[in-house]
Amino acid sequence: MTKPLLQVRNLTTRFGHGLGSVTAVNNVSFDVNAGETVAIVGESGSGKSITALSILRLVPEPPGKIVGGEILFDGLDLTKLPEEEMRAIRGNRIAMIFQEPMTSLNPSLTIGLQIAEPINLHMKMPWQKAYDKAKQLLDRVRMPDAKSRLSSHPHQFSGGMRQRIMIAMALACQPKLIIADEPTTALDVTVQAQILELLKELTRETGSSLILITHDLGVVARYADRVCVMYGGKIIETASAHDLYARPLHPYTRGLMASIPRLDQPPGVRLVPIKGQPPNLAQLPPGCSFNPRCGEVIDRCRRDVPELMHADEKHLHACWTSPHV
Amino acid sequence: MSDAMTQERPAEPKATANVILDVEDLKIHFPVYGGLIQKQVGAVKAVDGVSFQVFEGETLGLVGESGCGKSTTGLAVLRMLPVTAGRIVFEGVNITHHDQKQMRPIRRRMQMVYQDPFGSLDPRMTVGEIVGEPLVIHKLHGEKKERRERVMSLLEMVGLRHDMIDRYPHQFSGGQRQRISIARALAVEPRLLICDEPVSALDVSIQAQVVNLFQELQERLGISSIFVAHDLAVVRHVSQRIAVMYLGTIVEISSRDELYANPKHPYTQALMAAIPVANPVIEAARAHQIITGEVPSAQRPPPGCRFHPRCVHAMPICSEQTPELKNHGSSKVACHLF
Repeated sequence: MTKPLLQVRNLTTRFGHGLGSVTAVNNVSFDVNAGETVAIVGESGSGKSITALSILRLVPEPPGKIVGGEILFDGLDLTKLPEEEMRAIRGNRIAMIFQEPMTSLNPSLTIGLQIAEPINLHMKMPWQKAYDKAKQLLDRVRMPDAKSRLSSHPHQFSGGMRQRIMIAMALACQPKLIIADEPTTALDVTVQAQILELLKELTRETGSSLILITHDLGVVARYADRVCVMYGGKIIETASAHDLYARPLHPYTRGLMASIPRLDQPPGVRLVPIKGQPPNLAQLPPGCSFNPRCGEVIDRCRRDVPELMHADEKHLHACWTSPHV
Repeated sequence: MSDAMTQERPAEPKATANVILDVEDLKIHFPVYGGLIQKQVGAVKAVDGVSFQVFEGETLGLVGESGCGKSTTGLAVLRMLPVTAGRIVFEGVNITHHDQKQMRPIRRRMQMVYQDPFGSLDPRMTVGEIVGEPLVIHKLHGEKKERRERVMSLLEMVGLRHDMIDRYPHQFSGGQRQRISIARALAVEPRLLICDEPVSALDVSIQAQVVNLFQELQERLGISSIFVAHDLAVVRHVSQRIAVMYLGTIVEISSRDELYANPKHPYTQALMAAIPVANPVIEAARAHQIITGEVPSAQRPPPGCRFHPRCVHAMPICSEQTPELKNHGSSKVACHLF
């Protein structure tokens, strides 16, 4: 078997220090194979975005800091790279698509310049050629009338079109890995579907791997090959998308599935919410972070922190009460 | 919280049910100024000829994408926006041209729950003051002690503890804050509740708690409501009838079961297809017919049917003639196909 493209091992990212410190990402390990789409699912504060930012070493420091673990990308440990070398990787071999296309585009530069910049910078292509490439990229993300729109500014585009520009920028240097952090949360449903289909199609064409960060279990079901579910800074369950939906093992995953309204259920079915509130990372309960909200809690859950255990070869969960080998 | 109870609820209001709100051909246009002397050069037709009724005890869902006019419709019913044309009749009284003073006693009968639980609560007021304020404004439960008791019982009704009354909004999570907003809206015992995306800002696990609270309150209080949302899956859980809006007009209005089992308007079908279902097996089998393009500007809506530039079934007539909302079976559809 070939080695995974990205191996995250025991990644821990902390904000602040001493008593007031918060461990946003706690001992997180996962792999991304070449060409694969891995979804990281969780609610706000679960650590999914910080995991993504940690991979790109974009966690603002201070207050944040990667305090442990390894991020092996194509044989390199990103946590140990000097900033200079990291810059050669960002936007080049690993690209990121953010949630808010308006705040991640520079409002005072034309989009042609913004798409051409990484091509000029990383691929050392002269500007004129980089602009031609930018036009091709806009065509690829189905921007109507791409050539004349190169000289437009971000405010002249709708939200969906801005996200297409972000995707064009991400694809510019043919990255091996694209990280998309809630790429469609700010968009309307019909436009969301367009953008996700485009992303799926383009990653399939280029063979890029995709880390899709989302809170939407429907999006995961449609687009992901594998899923990591995060809660309180930890991955609490990981499996293939098919397996996870067919046999969710962690009580939190099951709780999430029961609490989302779905179009395929008979109408009038009551949702089953998870009781209580999402955890405060500064005051996590002892043992499993989910124990105060869990319906299946046993004594051990309040005492020992569960780490990922194998239910079968590809399906892992961190729960004392679920079956494991 | 029995499942049986929810399932027995009638999907269609009885023919004898009283109309509590009747909106007829409502238009809300916002003027656009431009040019050297800032004269009016056009108008954003946010709501352009919308008619619907809300029956006693029923929840009407208003669904659509951003800019379709669903929130504007909600605000207009509360008369928080000037009405360009049309008629709003609430409990038999035509309130279309009521001024603020005339509206005050009527606002006691209709209340609003907003989308953002962080922006809609005054951070310097305690929960008791926030929930009690409508009682003061409308001069109900005048005695301080009596008012406090009323607020406490309201807090318990929405699933908060009564001893939380002296806390401030920042001490609560998003879901709890939304409960406070609901308690405030219910304080004056309104007949009609207008909820503008009340669960969109909440996390999935919390969203379900608030959706269930809405269902419980509907059953217990028999309150009528308009539930504005962009998420068809959420609306299905709280509404008996649903109106789908597109670019300032209603394209389809129908009972919940009919709409989901048998969506008629191509836009409704497209909206349904765009929502992914949380099950990879179903997803793999589903047709992913995705509509192209984006919602056009409400300042220059397309002629004829406003959906025709994005519609897969568009015919020549669609760009010429505006389809009317007509009865088709038990639903009403505005489409030339029917």
